[in-house]
Amino acid sequence: MALDDSNKTRVFKVVGTRPDRPDGIDKVTGRARFGADMVAPGMLTGRILRSPHAHARILRIDASKAEALPGVKAVVTRADFGDVPDHVADIMENCMAGEKALYDGHAIAAVAAISPAVARQALRLIEVEYDVLPHVTDVDEAMKPDAPVLHEGRQQETVPPGMSQNVIARSEFGHGDIEAGLKQADRVLERTYRTAATHQGYIEPHACLATMSADGQGDLWVCTQGHYMVRNTCAAILGLEQGQLRVTASEIGGGFGGKTTVFLEPVALMLAKKSGRPVKMVMSRSEVLRATGPTSSTSIDVKIGMRKDGKITAAYAELRYQGGAWPGSPVNMGAMSGFAPYDLENVKTVGWDVVTNRPKAAAYRAPGAPMAAFAIESAIDELAKGFGLDPLAVRLMNGADEGTKSSYGPTYPAIGLKATLEAAHKHPHWTAPLGKNQGRGVACGFWFNFGGDTCVSLNVTPDGTVTVSEGNPDIGGSRASMTMMAAEELGIPYDQVRTIIADTGSLGQNEVTDGSRVTFAVGLATIEAARSAKREMCRRAAMIWGIDEQAVEWEDGAARPAGPNAGKFPPMTIKEIAAVASNTGGPIAGHHEVTAEGAGVSFATHMVDVEVDPDTGATKILRYTVFQDAGKAVHPSYVEGQFQGGAVQGIGWALNEEYIYGEDGILQNAGFLDYRIPVASDLPMIDTVILEIPNPGHPYGVRGVGETSIVPPLAAVANAVSEAAGVRMTQLPMSPPRVLAAIQAGG
Amino acid sequence: MRFEAPRSVEEAVTALAGQTGAHVLAGGTDLLVKLRSEMIEPELIVDIKRIKGVREIAAEKGGWRIGAAVSGAEMGEHAGLVADWPGVVEAAGLIGSTQVQGRATLAGNLCNASPAADSVPAMVAAGAVARIVGPEGTRDLAVIDVPKGPGKTALARGEFIVSIFLPAKAPRSGDAYLRFIPRTEMDIAVVGCGISLSLDEADRVTAARVALGAVGPKVILVEAAAEAIKRRVLDEAALADLAAACSKAATPIDDKRGTVDFRRHVAGVLARRAAVIAAARAKGDKA
Amino acid sequence: MSRIHVTTTINGDATEFLCEAEATLLDVLRDELGLTGTKEGCGTGDCGACSVTVDGRLVCSCLMLGAEAEGREITTIEGMATGERLHPLQKKFIEMAALQCGICTPGILVAAKSLLERNPDPSEEEVRYWLAGNLCRCTGYDKIIRAVMETAADMRRAS
Repeated sequence: MALDDSNKTRVFKVVGTRPDRPDGIDKVTGRARFGADMVAPGMLTGRILRSPHAHARILRIDASKAEALPGVKAVVTRADFGDVPDHVADIMENCMAGEKALYDGHAIAAVAAISPAVARQALRLIEVEYDVLPHVTDVDEAMKPDAPVLHEGRQQETVPPGMSQNVIARSEFGHGDIEAGLKQADRVLERTYRTAATHQGYIEPHACLATMSADGQGDLWVCTQGHYMVRNTCAAILGLEQGQLRVTASEIGGGFGGKTTVFLEPVALMLAKKSGRPVKMVMSRSEVLRATGPTSSTSIDVKIGMRKDGKITAAYAELRYQGGAWPGSPVNMGAMSGFAPYDLENVKTVGWDVVTNRPKAAAYRAPGAPMAAFAIESAIDELAKGFGLDPLAVRLMNGADEGTKSSYGPTYPAIGLKATLEAAHKHPHWTAPLGKNQGRGVACGFWFNFGGDTCVSLNVTPDGTVTVSEGNPDIGGSRASMTMMAAEELGIPYDQVRTIIADTGSLGQNEVTDGSRVTFAVGLATIEAARSAKREMCRRAAMIWGIDEQAVEWEDGAARPAGPNAGKFPPMTIKEIAAVASNTGGPIAGHHEVTAEGAGVSFATHMVDVEVDPDTGATKILRYTVFQDAGKAVHPSYVEGQFQGGAVQGIGWALNEEYIYGEDGILQNAGFLDYRIPVASDLPMIDTVILEIPNPGHPYGVRGVGETSIVPPLAAVANAVSEAAGVRMTQLPMSPPRVLAAIQAGG
Repeated sequence: MRFEAPRSVEEAVTALAGQTGAHVLAGGTDLLVKLRSEMIEPELIVDIKRIKGVREIAAEKGGWRIGAAVSGAEMGEHAGLVADWPGVVEAAGLIGSTQVQGRATLAGNLCNASPAADSVPAMVAAGAVARIVGPEGTRDLAVIDVPKGPGKTALARGEFIVSIFLPAKAPRSGDAYLRFIPRTEMDIAVVGCGISLSLDEADRVTAARVALGAVGPKVILVEAAAEAIKRRVLDEAALADLAAACSKAATPIDDKRGTVDFRRHVAGVLARRAAVIAAARAKGDKA
Repeated sequence: MSRIHVTTTINGDATEFLCEAEATLLDVLRDELGLTGTKEGCGTGDCGACSVTVDGRLVCSCLMLGAEAEGREITTIEGMATGERLHPLQKKFIEMAALQCGICTPGILVAAKSLLERNPDPSEEEVRYWLAGNLCRCTGYDKIIRAVMETAADMRRAS
């Protein structure tokens, strides 16, 4: 569905305002029910036994003592699941280990018992005999020919012969001639950058409540970014029919990509099936950190040639991402996105997908892109500053625009990169004075955005108010956005619409809440559903007036004759039409089903000031401004919130967050004490500037905004710290010991 | 597991002495974490908060006796204590969040025997003394002698700390505690430094105690650092000598929170900065 | 294993419950009393999602045993609004979009209320340090801090 031409000049009535979110009162009073807040009569507690080894063959599991413990109602191991279809085989293995434990925290067995205390005791009674194997957790180490191998036979043909079996795939993107381009450069910069694995860090641990009947009907309550995905995946693993498993999404306490797969859910269903009772499972924080989520750690080589006027003549990057114990790191997205902000004649990226003895990487907000942007935006910054050039001007000179052939293939339609750079350049932040030991950094970021399968149903009630049913959990205010778009399209007040998140039995397939897709794709489907309801209401009015339905139009919440020739009838409001619906053909509804395309890429430029304490290496964030294209900001407060939240997650990634593994392959910081996400006192206000370059692929011009905001901050902060410390930082996190060591080595 | 909340010291001692695997509960901010992570499985928990006097701060011989269940937040709200020992109060105030402050105690921080405990270097610098009760009666033990190593204390079975005594503050004296953490709050100290010092009328240091945390298996009282500044005005040279003495005395390890080199260096940096604050306080500056 | 009988006051209501010795106040609130507005994010006092007040003092309910509640006055998020009437902080959080997913929101509101009762005119820095033990992963804290500051200003004007 294309952007309506009328919308270029359209004056929105609801879209662009800042109403209270419909779930606000529930969420400020504690009434909202999240994953762990549900109970069922006769409910058992489920718990998981986890591997204490990074890599070990499982020789024997003896659960007989646990099974004999009074109060234990079921024990589950991998054997209970049998063979599963190929497309869920790795997910199954991650939920419950088969032959080998592949990382510290890998699930080995599970119990359901009458209380948490009994469940805990039962886990201790399960005997597991391991043959401990050599392990590898570092991406560069894992690629070495003599590294311990996780899987045999998973390597793809894209990988040249002779490399470790841990190297799963090689990918390549770009165009032009790198060598020829480098020859035109006045300087060629080559650097290697490294980033640590970070976790999504959502505050709500994974939780679910499963019921499974002997006849194959199941119910699952779960905190997830996509309950349809949970249904489909669990059905495949347990051999159920999708229609027999109803999944209801709880309120969700953050996800950021980390709740786009399953961990507990198939196990809870299996425990429920074996015990014949509802089973609730809730992870501890340490389980969350050891066994869910994180993103890749990376090692990236960049080689960029630049002329002394700032023109980039060639751009090359080689990216190595470890994705944990199974194939599927987000390296391709990194390789595709890193140079995407630029209009380059010669560009090439090579990506390597590598497995290690770490938890399987899950999506994390713009998966793969922040690390690539860190490396590339650092290199561009260093080159620009080396020539004494303005780093924003250099980015503007090389910046992509409408018609640019992107580094990953497609040619861009209207995009907002240059608008963000120009806004940054004229913002007072750019020229504000800096003090001693302070530095300013900028960086650009790109994200693809996504559409996908979407299904929305909109019902007009007999009193003329409206309910919208959508299938994506409200993770940050999307009920408000859908309500606003439905109200806008129907021409009725915001408070006349209520949006609910329907369970999997109530709507067709919906893609998970990922790719910043919800406001775009679900919004698009909501608008189309409203349009179909409007058409129906116009038809009913036409019937009542006895005129042709083509002669009726919808405006301001009412059907009206479309012109003087249509007849003289007073407008019929939605309430009036709804009140007589039983006499005109029955209930009125609209619905829309689509695989949404045209998501519209999004760009941002971030600017940050820092101060580095030269005696301790500690970095303080002094000022931060986000400039991002939102297409059209439906609810600007929540758009700002996405910008701010992404920026701060990026600050955490840049400065302190990291997975720390010991020599033994055991995660050393599986808690919020030492996995250090930013706290309120670490930060200044995060200023935002919303740019609106309409997305041609959405009727109101909306682009996804959720992910782009985490792409630039790693590099922006690194560029600022490097300036403040007087030494180029190429490794994340820029923790105080690392910065101090760099200062001491450099000075 | 059983739970008891005795009303008297005697009852508490009897309960603790009569049961293996008995643990004392005051603020609980360490105990409950250990319980939750299954690091400990107590047979008995003895909540000492209902014992008379343990939640009070009392003036004694010009100094202050702080009950074992007085929280950091309560210390921060006590004007007299804050005026005399701002460094100790601030150190206690750095333990955890506002929420943790509502519960965490000096005595608990000491008995947890973490090398990185924030309040311990400050108490050691202040010359604090722990009052211990037990089956054999009551004894006083200098705070520095309470921890014996990570997780180990000098307390015998059945004994617990009932109060901490901070002595009378000498004229023209001041104390300070600084720690280094990667964030601004919520972290465990990577290095901590407590300093208490007295000045003469010419601002020369007449007495000093310098203590370091998180750079050894237990708190370190750095005599050489005190000697480095005694009889001197705290000028750049004196501060440099102080910093050097602290860096030299530190015996840290590499771990997830910091490196040996970093900790040694920062021990000196913090000592220098803490000394400046302590000296300003000794001179009567409101800081 | 015999359970402990505890008599306490929760959100102004006299309340009795039975709990295991090792049950935390958080376990009791959520699992025994059905007060699930108080959240568990970590269980180790590092995230603040379980914030409640005990005798007016802000604490993590995951770091306190249920048995310790004997004779105390506990206030949770469920006690913040009066009937239909939201506390000014609750209203302001909705109005200023100071929540995204909402999981940290109850803890932050309880903590912020406790701050404003002690300090009706906090500086931005004071708000940030007071709330440093309440992790929020969605918002970057900006709108939360602004909402607390604005509520404080409104309440000062109203008093």
